[in-house]
Parts: sequence; structure tokens; C-alpha cells
Amino acid sequence: MDLASLVTSGLGEIQSAADLVVLDQIRVRLLGKKGLITEQLKTLGALEPDARREAGARINDAKHTLTQAIDARNAVLEAAAVAAELAAGTIDVTLPGRGSLPGALHPVTRTRLRIEEIFRRAGFTIAEGPEVEDDFHNFEALNIPANHPARAMHDTFYFGDGRLLRTHTSPVQVRAMLANPPPLRIISPGRVYRCDSDQTHTPMFHQVEGLVLDENVSFANLKAILRRFVSEFFEKPLEIRLRPSYFPFTEPSAEVDCQCAFCEGRGCRVCKQTGWLEVLGCGVVHPNVLRNCGLDPEKVSGYAFGMGIERFSMLRYDVNDLRLYFENDLRFLGQFSRA
Amino acid sequence: MKLSLAWLSEWVRLPADEAAFAHGLTMAGFEVEGRSVAAPACSKVVVARIVSAEKHPEADKLRICVVDAGDPEPVQIVCGAANARAGIKVPLARVGAVLPGDLTIKTAKLRGVESFGMLCSARELGLGDSHTGLLELPDDAPIGADVREVLRLDDTILEINFTPNRGDALSVLGIAREAAVLGESAVCIPTTPAIPAMSEALFQVRIEAPEGCARFAGRVISGVNPQAKTPLWMQERLRRAGQRSLGPLVDVTNYVMLELGQPMHAYDLRRLEGGITVRWARAGEALELLEGSTIPLAHDMLVIADDVAPVGLAGVMGGKKSGIADDTTDVFLEAAWFQPNAVAGRGRRFGIMTDASQRYERGVDPEGIERAINRATQLLLEMAGGTPGPLQVTEAKAHLPVRSPIAVRARQIERLIGISIPSDRVAAILTALGMAVTPTADGHSVTPPSWRFDITMEADLIEEVARVYGYNEIPEIDAPMPQRPATVTEREIPGLRFALALVDRGYHEAINYTFVDPVLQRRLHPEVAALPLANPISAELGEMRVSLWPGLVKALGDNVRRQQDRVRLFEHGAKFVMQDNVLKEINVIGGIACGHADPEQWATPKQAVDFYDVKADVEALIALQGGKDWRFEAGAVSCLHPGRAAKILRGDRIVGYLGELHPELTRVLDLPSAPYLFEVELGALAITDLPKAEPLSRFPAVRRDLAVMVDESLTFNQLRESVTVGITEKLRELRVFDVYRGKGVETGRKSVALGLILQDKNKTLTDADVDAVMNGVRQRLERDVKATFRD
Repeated sequence: MDLASLVTSGLGEIQSAADLVVLDQIRVRLLGKKGLITEQLKTLGALEPDARREAGARINDAKHTLTQAIDARNAVLEAAAVAAELAAGTIDVTLPGRGSLPGALHPVTRTRLRIEEIFRRAGFTIAEGPEVEDDFHNFEALNIPANHPARAMHDTFYFGDGRLLRTHTSPVQVRAMLANPPPLRIISPGRVYRCDSDQTHTPMFHQVEGLVLDENVSFANLKAILRRFVSEFFEKPLEIRLRPSYFPFTEPSAEVDCQCAFCEGRGCRVCKQTGWLEVLGCGVVHPNVLRNCGLDPEKVSGYAFGMGIERFSMLRYDVNDLRLYFENDLRFLGQFSRA
Repeated sequence: MKLSLAWLSEWVRLPADEAAFAHGLTMAGFEVEGRSVAAPACSKVVVARIVSAEKHPEADKLRICVVDAGDPEPVQIVCGAANARAGIKVPLARVGAVLPGDLTIKTAKLRGVESFGMLCSARELGLGDSHTGLLELPDDAPIGADVREVLRLDDTILEINFTPNRGDALSVLGIAREAAVLGESAVCIPTTPAIPAMSEALFQVRIEAPEGCARFAGRVISGVNPQAKTPLWMQERLRRAGQRSLGPLVDVTNYVMLELGQPMHAYDLRRLEGGITVRWARAGEALELLEGSTIPLAHDMLVIADDVAPVGLAGVMGGKKSGIADDTTDVFLEAAWFQPNAVAGRGRRFGIMTDASQRYERGVDPEGIERAINRATQLLLEMAGGTPGPLQVTEAKAHLPVRSPIAVRARQIERLIGISIPSDRVAAILTALGMAVTPTADGHSVTPPSWRFDITMEADLIEEVARVYGYNEIPEIDAPMPQRPATVTEREIPGLRFALALVDRGYHEAINYTFVDPVLQRRLHPEVAALPLANPISAELGEMRVSLWPGLVKALGDNVRRQQDRVRLFEHGAKFVMQDNVLKEINVIGGIACGHADPEQWATPKQAVDFYDVKADVEALIALQGGKDWRFEAGAVSCLHPGRAAKILRGDRIVGYLGELHPELTRVLDLPSAPYLFEVELGALAITDLPKAEPLSRFPAVRRDLAVMVDESLTFNQLRESVTVGITEKLRELRVFDVYRGKGVETGRKSVALGLILQDKNKTLTDADVDAVMNGVRQRLERDVKATFRD
């Protein structure tokens, strides 16, 4: 076979080599030690020096052409082999992953943390206390003597030996006042209990109460912190409205309405078209409470407030039935898994 | 309290805008909870007089009435009411009238007789539920007049919520006073004439307990007509206040209470033996109350007694024996002043709250007693006749409340409210509230009126000033914030951190009531004493939990019934246990796991959750604390599977439990496959040390594996101890990578495959070093735990 035909047919074979093994066989046949090009080189010895030089150059060109073609084909086939290997290893990325997903914090906890965080940033610290309380801390110290009509507002669980389940977290404030000299700036979150159960009352629920004591703390200061709190909680500027009320442990006392966070006061289903939501109770600490806790009302004044965590939670997350909070239904709890 | 605005408007000028008035009351501390009409809408209902009422020839129960409705011609109405009779005035709904319920009156034919309208009962007009017959209108009602005007039906009723401090406002008079302050007008108190005595009849009253009752006014009225009826106007007012009409004697006492705030009582004189004594009850006495129940009396309960026995619980409720009967003609009216403390809480002991106790507990105006008796006498005489005896007042002056002047300082107002309120404004507000105000050097001296029981100190006055000034007129002022950063400790791990760890491991947080079902709790913790509630809301919520497990087990069952097949719940909070007779509230975190170990997935083999899954969750919590003194020991509490339960110890103290619910309980409680439970004290987890960095070894680690055959009963704890003792310096980690039983291992033995990762801090371990270590380990294992080896 002449050199030209060898190159032509070689190139054809290289081009049609289907895989790397075939290509290697072609390479050996063409360029190997016993290959066709090598055979061509062996014929050079019989030629004249000039012809040898010329023929040598042609053979080398041919060798170079074939080598390049083989390398090119090799690259193509290698890429194809990798591609085929990858294709074989392809998986369905839409199938679900392995293992379990996070659960969820209870919405009461979630709301409590949010309330705590807002007050913490305002310089409050968190105080806790026992849930089984005595009459002194839950009532007497808070200016609610035995037989006081206000006791009717606190349907209390008793143990029959003077102990009771706290009806609010105010006893924590009493304990804080007895233990620490003012200034005091605390909130007390926790479980509280009232002997009451219907569609809108559960016998156990959660409160956060706050207490600020210093030399000259006023009702105006209380209004400021509460408006800031509700605006922070609902993440929009909201007005508050205070209605005179009565709590034995504060004077003046007020119920606090905040502008409905849903309709911004225009009136909607949530606020029953009033534009306002009743969310808090508050007041200036009663001088009798200060005295009961060993403080001099002439030297110390303060404010206190309290709120139901469930109430804020229901508003925040659009929960329409309080009882869901204590049924521990995974279908409900699972709705709070996003962080 | 329900309050008719028509009634109130006789006492004080009211603004035209009722909604604004109601809002004003709310913003003054008298929360208007509801506003409703006194009667639903109706039209073309007029006063008509029945001229004649003949029996319908075709129907026994119908009458053919001819009525005069002021038209030129009489009107014929067929009517079924039993009381339809000639002469009485009744409401006539004319043809075309629209009655409540959108009932339009048309001409009708009843058993062949035409009827041109309808005569109405009270219920048909929406005035209560009395349907016994036609509503009989007063004789002086003008024929043809619109019934709505005659009965003043275009009235609004406010439902007002009272705070416990304002008993003085629980009346038309009381709200009129507040309305006058709000509207800057005056209360116009209708004058009640003193009624002169027409007889000498007296009834003996003795106050034996002046500290409980300092004033007692009474009057005998004899010869009251027992057939008299309460006039319609009074019935209507009582109805609008939510009271039923019970005959003139009772109605008058209720009416005066609603109007003046003074509770009253009427005794049937026939039923009183001897005289009346106000005294403390004696041991062993009992009283049958008007409403029928009999209550035992205690010596701190003030009673009204006759010479034989108590006839009333003072300030709460009268007794049945001396109550008014249908044929009562001679009565003794009572209006007393009881010390609030002598009444407060007494009714509540028996679950009784009455209109009287509500007012007495909060304080009733001692100066209003005679006015009340006179008012009641006046009304009763008008309605039912009778001969009044003299007004008798028995009192113990020394025990009457004294209103002393209270100083209110301008600077204290500013200090507590936050702004300065002008002195004349302060004086004007307090004066309008009925207080006697005189200026002083630094403010005012203020004497509250006799009807206010909630004003005893400066703060009470400051509240009144703020209330009337308007809470919403007070600005918001930011308080200076203390420049003291809060203590931030890194050694105390917040409970939330552990909660989040469990959340991230797939648990949902539960919140259970801390009072639980005693039956379930006894099943789970028969050995632990629980604190029972004296007044639980239900038997199933009867005692305080001694662990989180009763709540979690119940929550698991509830979720299983809701078709959940994989449940992971945790809770954190207090449990309530008695330790050495002292109640301890111990904060714990605990959980329950049931169902598949992992959520069902296409490539994960289905496997039920087991001990080691849940142990890993507990170990994750412990890892956050990081102490080296935690251990698990076999055997725990009776509610767990005896072979799959562990005590969790920190040092020598048991701080938690972990294990499978006892299969017997799983069966009894109807729960699915083996739930796992754990609980750890947060106190043991909460305090940690700061991480302390150690230098990293520069020398390579070497791993050597060892298959150790030991007795089945040997625990890993024992095995580990034998391996590690003596080589702690070089042993960086000990792994268990297999536990094998079966072929090649004797029965009763098991093969535990250990991986020891060895490293020295100061040099590269040579093969000889490692061999030496491993030989030592083997020897100790052979000696300590009778180990053999599979090489």
C-alpha cells in the first residue's frame, strides 16, 4: 500500500473507531513497533540519500497526521466515555432525602421568646418563680386580702393546705421586690392557672408580666413602653388606648387596647369592627404593694403590666381557637416548624 | 349591670349621641360591653280598649272582641287569650302592622269570623317571654296612642361591666353621678319625700354586732293589698335591668336597689318571732335561703335573726321562712348598712353571688339608707296601699365609716402620672366627683363622699384625677434606661437551647396541663406521691404531675387516634414532687418517640424506633452540657420495660430516666408499638464549663481493631472500663463497631468489635509501642472480664 492510501485509510479507520479499545488497536497497527508506518520506515534504507530524505519527511508527515488524528479521536472517545459513565450514574434528584426534618417549638414558646426578646432589648431581665404559691405571694402582698371582691376574678385552684396554683405571674414580682433593691426592670413569663374552662378559657395558660421600679417611674413612662412594645411585636407602628380599670395591685390601673394589627384600626373581623384589640392590663404599682414588699412609696415608684401569651400568639399566627394550644395535635404543631 | 338610658335620662342630662356616651363611660372605667334596644322594632301597634269579648260560636278557646282603637268605628278582633275581657286596655296590632320576627298582620278569617288585626302579648312585642295572655296596659294609657310611646320602647339598654372597686356606681344614681362628671352637668336627684307614719307599728331591732352592722333602718307597713299588681312601667324597668317581676313587695325592693344602689329586704311580719337581732351566727346554726338551699353558718357570718333563729345571711340573701308570700299583707322593710368586710366572701363560700352581696361587698352609702326606705315606702303605697309605721333607725354611730381628709400633693401627681396637672383642674375634677376639696400649701386636702369606699389614700385620688383627666390625654414619656448591661453568663445554658436541639432532631414541642389524670399517673408512677388539687376542674385533671410522662403519653395516644403513625413530642417545664415532705418544683425536659425511627422513605429500611435512637437524643442533650460524669445504668422505674430502661446519672445522682414504656402499659393504654420515653432534669444540664482549648497532637494516630468475646451479661460500661484504664493517655477514641452473637461465638457469649484509636502527644507510636498497648489491653480484658479473642 502506498503511503497516501495508508494515511487515507488510516484516517478513515481512526475516525470510525467506536471506542478506546478499537482506537488503541488501530494505533498499534499503524504506529506500533511492528506497525505499518514502522514498516514504511524500514524501506528507507534501500533508497538514495536524497530520496531517503524526501521519503523520510513524507513518512514523518504521515506519522504526524495519523498521531494527531488518533489523539483527537482519543479525546473525543474519552469525553464520550466519561459522559456515558456520568449518564449511567444519573439519579432522580427530585426523590425525597433521607432522615428526619426538624420539628417545631410550640407557638406559645415561640411567642414568649419574641416578647422576651423585645423586652430584653429594652433593658429588662427575666425573672421566674414557683407555680405552686402561697396566699401571701399570690394575693396578700398584692393588696388582695382574703374576702376581697377581686378574688372572684381569680378562680383559684387550691391544694387545701393554704397553697394554691398561682393565678398570675405577679408573685414572681413580689419575690423580686423582696429580694432585690430597686432599680428593678424585670419581666416574668410563665404558666398560670385559673379554675375556668370553656371555649375562650383554659385552666392553664401563659402570661408575661413586667415590673419597673425606680425613684420616679410614672404612668407616662408606662404608656411609652407599652406602645413601643405592641408596635415592635406586630412589626408596625400601632397606637394604644388606655381604659381605666381596676386591679388591686396597681393604681391608676388600665386595660390597654392596641390598634388592630390586621386592619390598622379601620375595623375588621379580628377586632370585631372596633379597630381595637384588648391586649394588656397595666398600672402604676399600688403603694400598699410597695409597702408589703418592704419599699417606701415616697422613695420608689413603678409600673407593672401583664399580658396573655396565647392572646398575642393567636393574633400573630391567626389561630382562632385557644384550645388548639393544649391539644398537642401534630397537625397544628407542625405548622410552626419554620424558624 | 343592665341600665336603661330612658331611666338614666330622668336623673342626668344625656348627650344625644348614645354611642359616644357609651364610649365615654368605657373610657371612664365603666366598660360598656353591649348596647341593645329595649324592644325590637314594631309598627302600627296602638292602645285599644276591649269593648266586648264574646265566645266564638265555633271555637271554645277563641273570643270575638270588639275593641276601641280611637277610630270612628270599633274594630273586630278574634283572639285566643284567656285574659281577653271587656274593659281592659291592650296593644292592638292593626292590619298592616309589622311585629318582631317580621310578622305582618293581615285581615284574617278564624273559623268563619273576620279579624282585623291582632291583640298582643308581651312576648309578641318582644318584651320578655311572658305569653300567658294579652299585655294589660295601664288604665290611663290613651286609646289610639302608639304603644312604643306609651311604654317608652324606644330605649337603649347598656350592659355595663363594673370593676370591684366601684360598688357605688352599681345603680342608676351611681352612673348618673359619673355621667354628670363626664358631661360636666349635675345629677338631678328626684326628691323622695319623707313618708309620715300613719300608725304606731314598730318592730324591735337590736344590733348585737355593731362592727358588722352600724346602721339598720326599717319600717313596718301593714295592710298591703296582696292582690295588687306591679304597674307596667315598673315591670318594664325591671325587665330592662334583667329582673323578673315577682309582685309589688319584691319588685319595690329590687327597684329601689337598682335605682339607688341600696339593697333592701322585705320580711313577712307573720313569720318573724319576737324582734330582729343583727348578730354573728352561732356554732351549729343553719339557714334555709330564699332560693331553697340550706347552708351551715359559721361564727364569722353576720346574720339577721329573730328570737328563734337566723332569718337571713346579712347582705347576701334572706331566709326562706320569713320571705314574702303571695298572701303577705304586713311587712317589715329593711335597709341596712353592713361593713363590707362582714359580707365579703361569705356568699362565695357557697357559690352564691347576689345583687345585694355584690353591692355590700364593695360598700353601700350609709347616708342613703333612709332615702331608700322612704322611696320604697312611697312606691309601695302607690302600688299596693298599706299603712306605714314610723321610720326606725337603729345605729351604732361609732362603727359607721368616717371619711377623713386626704392630702393629695401636686408633686406626687406629677411624679406618678408623669405630667403636671393644673391645680384648679385637679380641684374641679375632685369636686365634680362629690369630694370636699380645700387647697393646701402643696396641693389639696380632699374628703371623699360617703358613697365612695375606694378612696382611702393619696394614690386613690391621683387615680381619680388621671381617670377623669383622661388616660389618653397623658403623653408617652420614655423613661431613662439604666446604663447597666445585663449579666451575660456563658456557663448557664438556657432551657431553650435543649428544646431547639430536640426540635432539630425532629421533635415537636408539646405543652400539657401540669395537672393530670390521677389514674394514668398512678399507672405510670405508683411509687411517687402526687399533690392533689382540692378543687380540680375535672377528675381527669386532678393532681399535679410528678413527671412529664403522663402528659406525653396522653398526647401520644391522642395523636395516634388522629392517625399519626410516627410521633416525636417533647416538653419542658416543672414537675411537682414531694422530697422529704417538701414540695419541689423540678424543671425537666422529656420526650416520647413512637413509630418508625426515621420518617418512611424510599431508600431507608423501615425500622421501629428503639432504645438507641432515643438514647442518641438524650446524648445530644448531654453533649451540650459536655460533662464527663454522665452515665447510663440499667434498671429504672416500674412503668418502663425492665430490660430496656436506664437511669441517667450525673456523678452519683439520678437525674433522669430513659426507656421503653412497659409493654403491659402499652397494651392497657391501647398504644401502638413500644413507645420510648425520656426525662432529664434541666438543672443537671444547665450549668457547663467554658470550652478549654488543648494543643493538637502533631503525631499520627493509629487504629487497631479488637474482637472481644465476653459473657452476654457483661455491659459495655464494664468492658470500656477494662479497656481504658491505664491507657487514657494514649487512647484518643474507643469505638464499638459491631456486637455479634451466633456462629463462631459460644452460646451465652457475645463478640464486641472495638476500634481503638491511639495517639501520643509527644511522639509517633511505633508498631512495637502499639503492640505493647494492645497486649496490655488484652491481658486486662482476660483478667477483668474473662474475655477471649477472635483473631
